[in-house]
Amino acid sequence: MPPYIINIDQLAILRGERVFLRGPSGSGKSTLLSVLAGMVTPDEGRIRVLDRDIGALGAAARDRYRADHIGFVFQMFNLIPYLSVVENVCLPCGFSDRRRQRAIEQAGSVAAEARRLLDHLDMSDPQLQSRPVTELSVGQQQRVAAARALIGAPELVIADEPTSALDADLRQVFVDLLFAECERVNATLVFVSHDVTLAAVFDRSLEFLDINRVALPVGSGQSGAAD
Amino acid sequence: MFALAFKSLRNRKATAMLTVLSIALAVMLLLGVDRLRQESRESFAATISGTDLIVGARSSPVQLLLYSIFRIGNPANNLSWQSYLAIADLDQVAWTIPISLGDSHRGFRVVGTTTAYFEHFRYAHDRTLTLVAGELPGDDHDVVLGSEVARKLGYQPGNSLIIAHGAGEVSFSLHEDQPFTVSGVLAPTGTPVDRALHVTLDGLDDVHADEVQHGVQDPLAAALQALPRARRSAEPHDDDHHNEHAGDERPEDHADNDHHEAHAMDASQRSISAFLVGLKSRAAALSVQRFINEYEGEPLTAILPGVALQEVWVVVGAAEGTLRAVSALVVLVGLTGMLVALLTSLGERRREMAILRSVGARPRHVFVLILGEAILLTVLGIVLGVVALYAGLVTGQSWLESRLGLFIGVGWPSWHELGLIGLVGVAGGLIGLVPAWRIYRYSLSDGMTIRI
Repeated sequence: MPPYIINIDQLAILRGERVFLRGPSGSGKSTLLSVLAGMVTPDEGRIRVLDRDIGALGAAARDRYRADHIGFVFQMFNLIPYLSVVENVCLPCGFSDRRRQRAIEQAGSVAAEARRLLDHLDMSDPQLQSRPVTELSVGQQQRVAAARALIGAPELVIADEPTSALDADLRQVFVDLLFAECERVNATLVFVSHDVTLAAVFDRSLEFLDINRVALPVGSGQSGAAD
Repeated sequence: MFALAFKSLRNRKATAMLTVLSIALAVMLLLGVDRLRQESRESFAATISGTDLIVGARSSPVQLLLYSIFRIGNPANNLSWQSYLAIADLDQVAWTIPISLGDSHRGFRVVGTTTAYFEHFRYAHDRTLTLVAGELPGDDHDVVLGSEVARKLGYQPGNSLIIAHGAGEVSFSLHEDQPFTVSGVLAPTGTPVDRALHVTLDGLDDVHADEVQHGVQDPLAAALQALPRARRSAEPHDDDHHNEHAGDERPEDHADNDHHEAHAMDASQRSISAFLVGLKSRAAALSVQRFINEYEGEPLTAILPGVALQEVWVVVGAAEGTLRAVSALVVLVGLTGMLVALLTSLGERRREMAILRSVGARPRHVFVLILGEAILLTVLGIVLGVVALYAGLVTGQSWLESRLGLFIGVGWPSWHELGLIGLVGVAGGLIGLVPAWRIYRYSLSDGMTIRI
C-alpha cells in the first residue's frame, strides 16, 4: 500500500461558499484540488461534488464534468501563449457545450461574454485585449485567467495560489474582482494560498494541516503538488 | 482542434517552416524523380512509331536501338549498301529508311538518309515530320534541320554550314570544302529528330569521298568492298567515317587534299549505320526478323523496337529503382525531422497541455492536437512540394528538353503520383502518432500539475 498523500476524514464546502485553504508547500493542497477536479480519484472513500459522486464516474465523464462545472486559475503560466486574450478566455467553451450555451445566453456570443468578463476585471481596453498574452503583465495575465475560469458560469471556481506572483496591492485588487464575479454568478470558490493576509475576506478559512491527517514529510516533494 | 493546432504551429514558425520545407523538398524530389521516370519512358516510347524493324550490323539489340533512334552511343559496325538493297527488295517490306551516322555540326549529329525519312518516319502516335520553313532537300548538298538545331544555331533556309567528322562539339576534321545549304526546318517533335541535321546519303558520300582517298575503310568494309582508292593502305587510320569515335578524333590531314581528285563514292561502296523497316503486314515482322538475322551476305541484327525498348527498361530499371529508393528515404528523413521537431517541443508543451486539460480538454483532444499538427505539417509540406515541383517543371522544362531531350509535361498529377502523395500523407500521420501518444501519456499522468 503506497503511503497516502492526503487523508481527510471529512470536509464539506457549501454551495456559494468562498473558502480559503492555506498550508505549507508540499502539504497536498494541489492534490486535493486535483481530486475535486476529478483529475485524480481517491483510493478510498467518496467525494461528492455538486451532488454527484465523481469518484464513481469514468475518466471521460470526469473530464466532461470538469469542463462543464469547474473553472481554474493557476499560480502562473495560465495562458496559452499562441492564443489571443479573448481566445484564451473562450477556451473552456470549446470543450463544454453547457458553458458555451450559458455564455451565449449571457452576452449573445462567446466572444462577447469574454469581453464582458474582461471589462469587469478591469481589462476593458481593446488594445489590451488584442495584445499577445505573453506581452501582458503578470497581474493582467491573472485577470485573463480569472475571466477564463468564470466564462460560462461554472458552479465551482478553483484558484491554486493565483496571487503568489502578484504584488501586495494587486493581490487585493485581484481577489476583490474574483469575489465580485463569483458572487454575481453564485459560484463556489476554493482559493488556495499560503498568504494568510488574504484569509480575512473569505467566508471560511481552513488550515490544510488540520484536515489532512497525513504527517508532512520534511523536505519531501513526494505529494506531486505544485508548491 | 485543427484551428488550435494551426495557431500552435504558427507560434513555432521557425521550426514549423523548416519542417514543412524539408518535407516539401522530399516530396518534390520523390515526385520529381517519378515524373522524370514516367516522362522519360513516355518520351522514349514516343520517339519511334510505326517502324516494324530496325536493322544494323550485328550488335546487341539495345545498342542498335540506342544509336539508331536515340542517337546515344555509336554503331560498332556498318552494314553494306548491298545488304540494305537486298532487304529493301523483300516482298514483305513496304518502305525503308537508311540512316548513316558519324558526322556532326557544332555538337549536333548529322543524319545521312533519303527522302523516305521525311515520308515514312513516324513518332509519338503515328505523327509525321512536318516542315515549318523551307522545303525538303532537292539537292545533294541540302540539309534539313531539326527544330532545335535551327533555334539554337539561328539557322534559316538559305544559310550554309559545314559538317565535321565525329560527334564532338569541337572537331578538327571539318569538311570545309563541302558546304551544305539549309533547305528546310522541321517542326518540333520532342524527339532526337529535333537535334539532328538531315542530309542526303549522296551528299554525305561526296563529303567522304575525299577522306576515302586518304585512308582505308575499316578492315571489314575494306575486305568487302576492296576500295580501289585506298592509297595509304599501309597506314590504318581510324577512318570509318560512319563510326565516329568521340574523343578519339585525330586531325585529318587535309593539306594535301586534292580537290580535283575528289570523286563521289560509288553508291555500291557506300555503307550505312542502320535502317528502319516498315512492313506491309506487321504479322510478317518475326519472319523477316529471322531472315535478316540469318542473312548470309553479312552478319546483321534486326530488332523489334518495342521489344528492344523493353530491354532498355530492364537495364534502366535497376538505376530507377535505386533512385526511387533514395527519394523514398529522403521523404523518410524529412518526416523524421518532423518527428524530432515535435518530440522536442513536447517537453515545453506539457504545461500547455495541462492548461488545456484544466479547461476541459480530454486526453484524446490533446492527442488529436499533436496528431493534427503532424498532419498539418505534412499536408503543408506536400502542398509546398507539389507547388515547387510544378514551378520547377515550368521553369526547367525547356532546359530539360534541350539538355536531356526530355519533354516533361506539366499536367495534372497522375493517379500514381496522387498515390505517392497519399502515401507521404499517411506516413506523416503515422509518424505523428508517436509524439501524440507520448503527450497522451503525459497528459494522463500529469493531470493539471506540472512542475517546470
